[in-house]
Amino acid sequence: MGWITKIFWLTAILPIVAAGLISVLNKSKKKTAAAVAITSLSCSCLISIISLIKVIELKTTKSSAIFITNFDWLNFSGLKVQFGFILDPLSSSVAVVVSVVGLLIFIYSVGYMASDWNFTRFFCFMSLFTGAMLGLIISNSILMLFIFWELVGLTSYLLIGFWFNKPSAAAAAKKAFITTRVGDLAFFIGILILFATTKKLLLYDNGDGCLEATSLKLVCNLAIFGGLFAGTVISILIFIGAMGKSGQVPLHIWLPDAMEGPTPVSALIHAATMVAAGVYLVARMEPLLTLVPSGTSGISVASMVITYTGAITALIAALIAIAQFDIKRILAYSTISQLGFMMMGFGAGGMAVAIFHLITHAFFKALLFLGAGSVIHGCQGEQDIRFLGGLKKYMPITFAVYAIGMMALAGVPLFSGFWSKDDILHSVSLWSVSKIPFYIGVVASFLTAFYMTRQVFYVFMGSYRYNKDSASHSSEHFPHESPAVMIYPMIILAIFAFGLGFIGCPFLPLIQKFLAYTEIEHKPDFFIMTLSSAISISGILAGWFLYGLKPVKSSQHPDILELKAKPFFNVLNKKLYFDEFYEATVIKLTGLFSELCLWIEIHIWDGLVQLFSRSVVLFAWLGRVWDEYVINLGFDTGCNGLRGVGQGISLWRNGKVHRYISVIGIAIIVLVLWVVWLAG
Amino acid sequence: MNELTGYIVLSGIIFSIGFAGVLLRKNAIIMLAGIELMLAAANLNFITFWRANWQGDDITGAIFVLFTIAVAAAEAAVGFALVLAIFRHYKSSEAQDYNSLKG
Repeated sequence: MGWITKIFWLTAILPIVAAGLISVLNKSKKKTAAAVAITSLSCSCLISIISLIKVIELKTTKSSAIFITNFDWLNFSGLKVQFGFILDPLSSSVAVVVSVVGLLIFIYSVGYMASDWNFTRFFCFMSLFTGAMLGLIISNSILMLFIFWELVGLTSYLLIGFWFNKPSAAAAAKKAFITTRVGDLAFFIGILILFATTKKLLLYDNGDGCLEATSLKLVCNLAIFGGLFAGTVISILIFIGAMGKSGQVPLHIWLPDAMEGPTPVSALIHAATMVAAGVYLVARMEPLLTLVPSGTSGISVASMVITYTGAITALIAALIAIAQFDIKRILAYSTISQLGFMMMGFGAGGMAVAIFHLITHAFFKALLFLGAGSVIHGCQGEQDIRFLGGLKKYMPITFAVYAIGMMALAGVPLFSGFWSKDDILHSVSLWSVSKIPFYIGVVASFLTAFYMTRQVFYVFMGSYRYNKDSASHSSEHFPHESPAVMIYPMIILAIFAFGLGFIGCPFLPLIQKFLAYTEIEHKPDFFIMTLSSAISISGILAGWFLYGLKPVKSSQHPDILELKAKPFFNVLNKKLYFDEFYEATVIKLTGLFSELCLWIEIHIWDGLVQLFSRSVVLFAWLGRVWDEYVINLGFDTGCNGLRGVGQGISLWRNGKVHRYISVIGIAIIVLVLWVVWLAG
Repeated sequence: MNELTGYIVLSGIIFSIGFAGVLLRKNAIIMLAGIELMLAAANLNFITFWRANWQGDDITGAIFVLFTIAVAAAEAAVGFALVLAIFRHYKSSEAQDYNSLKG
């Protein structure tokens, strides 16, 4: 089965090729577009699954299972830019998750987007998006990784702004692009410093890559910028890049707005592609991020930064989520919160912990988004949970799978989210630096269970409260269950969302053993398990107590928390004023700077120009005196003659650009033929 | 058949597509895109002939192409800015409508 390592790179190339093919398809060829996209992604899914099996097989027989294929991209004298592909436990397992979840979302989209005018464009972008993410995963060169990273950013822009006629969607796309660009800039500077210090772009190159011993030793012994430890500087710059893509506070503001895109796009962004890129980058760079200056030992500064950032993100996003009314926005904040968990798990427990949660999260979050999409699809695009309700009766299957996803996210025992969150809490509780992240994690898990329960009670229980003001609603119209093409992907995801956790439960830590570079002892910690089950169940009970006992009756009725703690609720409802804060600082400063430029323009440059023009006018006046009284008289006669000729010629200038160009073209062709004839 | 023939033919085809785009399409933006294609064809020629006489450490051809790409990018930026400005004035992106300078 050695051939699979040779063609592993096809898993990323196939969807990109498919995107190219779809882009030249006619708009009306909806079926062909979907078929091309789904076929290519199934192929890459198959390749990545076979690769994973191969890697598992090797990992069990031998200790290391890393395959690399490197090649030169550019070779200028002395400067070699190398690209490469890597097949190892990390890349193969994440590639499988991305392609499987992506495939299910593609199939779902066939139903969800069926009536959209730009169906083919949608599948073109989706294929490119998935292909870019898979390319990022299999990159063995940090520059190549960065190229695919930017490609992921570009396609997310295109997809969030897919309905660009809506001003809010166009603004959200711009916001996502610019916010992630802040992170990308830091990431790029990090790459430059890394390249400057190690002169290497490849990650693994048989002992010669920048994540391997030789380079790490070099980085270890180096101080840059007057005493700063090079490893820390590079690590933190790279982590800022990951913060932008993975929506960590304070660069998380784009992620909730990204809900403006179609729901399958949200599912793809939140589960498999965009936000996973940041966590994957951190996991991929683990040898560098955990590096400490030579001669010392302990936990690296970068790991601490990552853990604290993750903990703060997990808490803030979970708090904001409890006061939102948009069904997708709640899920968006829960994604941010879960990403915070992953980062926290990475900082405290290493890459295997984070990737385990990434994998389980990919399945249950994709499920939740597709469920939300099904709800929106069935209720004429209504997204406000105050105008939904009672959908259990109308959409039983959606309700069932949504409940499974919700329980997985809330961390109900035995569901996949329970095991991975348990793993994170377990490693954070053992963290030697501080116990604060552990307490934050406990509070955030409680809040997660709480806001998910609130959402489910709002959407599925009680009675249907359609929006009376909305024009598209008629009182006779009731929500309907979605078509089979949307239901089946959700059922498959639900099976994974329930069962996937068992590959990493503490009694049988398969995935941790498979991923981790070094052997870590995994003992089931019954205290943590009991604690996290108690937290999730008490969160659900609290949600049931507040929203389930007395179901929301009318859409005008304020939220129960709003009644009990109004100021608190309002602050959370306004998302802790992050947007307003940026409006008042970053955007305001940019505005002030541009006004300063305008002032300089008007008062300094314009003055100079005015001065110059005045002096020119003076000279011109002198010239005019000379002209009019000395030269003019003789020339008038000649001019009149010329004017006649000019009028004749000006008729050629008929303002038709194409005629000019064709004359030029014909002239060139004649010229070339003449030269050829002369030479001939 | 020389080893270069394929590249030159490809470059000729790209150039012709670009030129046809400029000649046959009315939309000023597509015309700019056509110009970009013609530049790309020229770049391909540069690279082809550079590679054919490659001495081992000589990178003039590649540098030349990098410069052309940079100039093309600047040209596209200026071109699109012009189209945008003209569009605001004429409310049209069709090249044949821009004829207020005719004789």
